[in-house]
Amino acid sequence: MLYFASFRELLGVGNEDLQIPSGSTVGAVLERIKKVHSELTETEKMLVAVNGSFVESGLLLNDGDVVAFFPPVSGG
Amino acid sequence: MIEIRREDFSVDEVVEGLLTDRMGAVVTFVGVVRDSSNGKPVDHIEIEVYEEMAYKQLEAIRDEAIENFGVEEVSVIHRYGVLNVSENIMMIAVGAAHRGEAFEACRYVIDNIKKRVPIWKKEVTPDGESWVEGEKP
Repeated sequence: MLYFASFRELLGVGNEDLQIPSGSTVGAVLERIKKVHSELTETEKMLVAVNGSFVESGLLLNDGDVVAFFPPVSGG
Repeated sequence: MIEIRREDFSVDEVVEGLLTDRMGAVVTFVGVVRDSSNGKPVDHIEIEVYEEMAYKQLEAIRDEAIENFGVEEVSVIHRYGVLNVSENIMMIAVGAAHRGEAFEACRYVIDNIKKRVPIWKKEVTPDGESWVEGEKP
């Protein structure tokens, strides 16, 4: 899992390995993360990317996928 | 050219890298650090980037702009790290045969960067620091 910006600061970590059962959806991983990190409550404002692309929460994850969670972007 | 880097850039450098003989118009947009935000003075900003994904998204936005507006080429350069007031943050340059499509494509690129490219700004003021809230796409 990768975390960026305010999420990274909130969790105190930018990168962590989580063992997820194969065939899990992105949504299930999100629930797992919220259990591990109770600080993360504002999921409404959370974006999820898998391997560098935005995805929906129903997407099934494969072995070795890089999942990133972050707040809405503010570059430019 | 799509580039994400810490170092500053010059507008001339980016435009020179973009130009071809087919272009009759080049539109540029430069984003710089403002000295205030919502009425509060800003001392400096810090920019964080998810670099691998940001390159992927910027390349996709460039390709869409070329496809949708028929422009010749699009360059984007975006900085990260600590940036002081009036420093360059980012630049877009669009080269096209004519001005109309160049202006439209440039607007499309900046609007999509603000929605889709994983880059975040933190503003540091005398009262403390805060992340700039982006809009959810």
